[in-house]
Amino acid sequence: METFKEIVNFLTNPKILLILSVVMFAAGLIFIRFFTKPIVAIAGAAASVVFFGLSMTDENFMLIVAKADNVPIVMMVVLVGFFTWLGMRRAVINDQLMEAGQETMERRETKQKVFVWPDLVYIEFLAIILCTVGLIIWSILLDAPLEEPANPTRTPNPSKAPWYFLGLQEMLVYYDPWIAGVLLPGLIIVGLMAVPYFDPNPKGNGYYTWKERKFAITTFLFGFLILWVTLIFIGTFLRGPNWNFFGLFERWDVAKLEALVNVDLSEYFWVIWLDGGRPTNPLLRELPGLIVTAGYLFLLPPILAKTVFRKFYAEMGPIRFNVMIFLFLMMASLPIKMALRWMFNLKYLVAFPEYFFNI
Amino acid sequence: MARSKVMKVLTENPVWRSVFRHKMPSDDRNRVLVVLSNVFLHLHPTKVRKSGVRLSYTWCMGGLTFFIFLVESVTGILLMFYYRPTAEFAFEDIQALGAHVPLGIMRELHRWGAHAMVITVWLHMFRVFLTGSYKPPREFNWNVGVILLVLTLLLSFTGYLLPWDQLAMWAVTVGTNMARATPFLGNEGPGAALLAIGDTPLVHAGSDVRFALLGGRFVAAGALLRFYVLHCIAIPLAAAVLMAVHFWRVRKDGGISGPL
Repeated sequence: METFKEIVNFLTNPKILLILSVVMFAAGLIFIRFFTKPIVAIAGAAASVVFFGLSMTDENFMLIVAKADNVPIVMMVVLVGFFTWLGMRRAVINDQLMEAGQETMERRETKQKVFVWPDLVYIEFLAIILCTVGLIIWSILLDAPLEEPANPTRTPNPSKAPWYFLGLQEMLVYYDPWIAGVLLPGLIIVGLMAVPYFDPNPKGNGYYTWKERKFAITTFLFGFLILWVTLIFIGTFLRGPNWNFFGLFERWDVAKLEALVNVDLSEYFWVIWLDGGRPTNPLLRELPGLIVTAGYLFLLPPILAKTVFRKFYAEMGPIRFNVMIFLFLMMASLPIKMALRWMFNLKYLVAFPEYFFNI
Repeated sequence: MARSKVMKVLTENPVWRSVFRHKMPSDDRNRVLVVLSNVFLHLHPTKVRKSGVRLSYTWCMGGLTFFIFLVESVTGILLMFYYRPTAEFAFEDIQALGAHVPLGIMRELHRWGAHAMVITVWLHMFRVFLTGSYKPPREFNWNVGVILLVLTLLLSFTGYLLPWDQLAMWAVTVGTNMARATPFLGNEGPGAALLAIGDTPLVHAGSDVRFALLGGRFVAAGALLRFYVLHCIAIPLAAAVLMAVHFWRVRKDGGISGPL
């Protein structure tokens, strides 16, 4: 049991957990036909239940998972997992039907019309009753939390945002607040709103499909499952006092120390690679980082337009393509920045602390 | 036969007929009329595509989100009877609510409902994305939906402060600290230092966007009142208006999505 816990603690290191989830994500989409089989889903669900049951015996795990406000996170993870499976399963079935020259499940039923009363109304009625019963049982079993009265002089450690914002709080580890807390959330909203205007693909409108919309679905699933849900999971279960990382079964030790060894790019460039001192002129000092950032944001789009995204560019035209690719690169910058941090302890690419401008 | 006699007495009188202007919905004509002549049901068309009522297609998450919004409205109004949004009383009122109302689960219903609504609204968006239902002609309604999703999160976030306990105060402190870093508008944001007249900064801790949000430099009485008003009036009103637009556009854009 102890070895098992140590293995899990090791695997839930954020670096390994995120790499694992990306690998699982890729495997899930590459072997989509295998993973959408009911038997595989049942096996996966059974394994998760066993794992969750065993974990409940661990007091440190129980401390976090039994916190009343964390219960919805467990529910969310279960529901997101189930519905991802359901949606992708229907997509695979539809793809197979279309390959065989048949109509999709939705199209087969689209010509038939049913009366709202009773066909739709009774579904709504049942859903409302089940939802009400569920909420009432949940409310009877679990009291809403109420801690000590608010006290501005006593900061709890760790101080956590509400659970649905923990992905954003986790981003603070890798980005300055102006990016993690303002720019990226804003771009998430703008990016989501812009989705319909970017997607030039007329297929897959009103039915589940994977084959016809691989790029759109992969991007969305990556953002939702990895960058949103997994980061919330990490922020809830794996971040303890001082926002230090703790394994799933590790005790939250306030005294745990983690060495701060992060280094800015300017130091890498001027001190370590060129073996000199950092220039005193801030602009010159940050030149390497500025060049890298500018290259990423301004040089990469035209290169992508000429190579991998040639088709998109032709379909979308320069303006739509550039806005889309900007948002896409901003989203991709998060995993890139995380990888840079883990591999090279890179703190900032560009750092003007005197202007609160760090990237 | 006894049943039909009861029904006869019940339905064949002027009072019943004044409320329901149709017969029992046992034939097609009256199934249509029951939807058309009811202000709540007429949100729906009278007939829908069969694919649109398939639960494995719709997941019912949009409908549930709306239902939970109604649950939150009802439980929220009941909670407002017991709650005073001041630093002096807020915590005590919540404590008293737990101690003095026998079998009371309104606060639980409200809190767990709020969490559930966040989940259902995410899943609703997820389903709409996977079925490509944001594609023409539904682009605009997807946008309305994104704003509604943000409003749901803001509703939950503003409500988080109201119990005025440690959990509330510090979660909101962490959340609103971000506003300090808003470019140009936050006192620790990039570019804010440029906005100055001579040596006098225009954007400082007492004038930045976080100050506007909290009504002070810290999460204190001012923030509690602001969040209360936002939570109980401003955001629900905005959400209600946008929901009306959202539902109306679902109808105008061709009903629950399906293959064209």
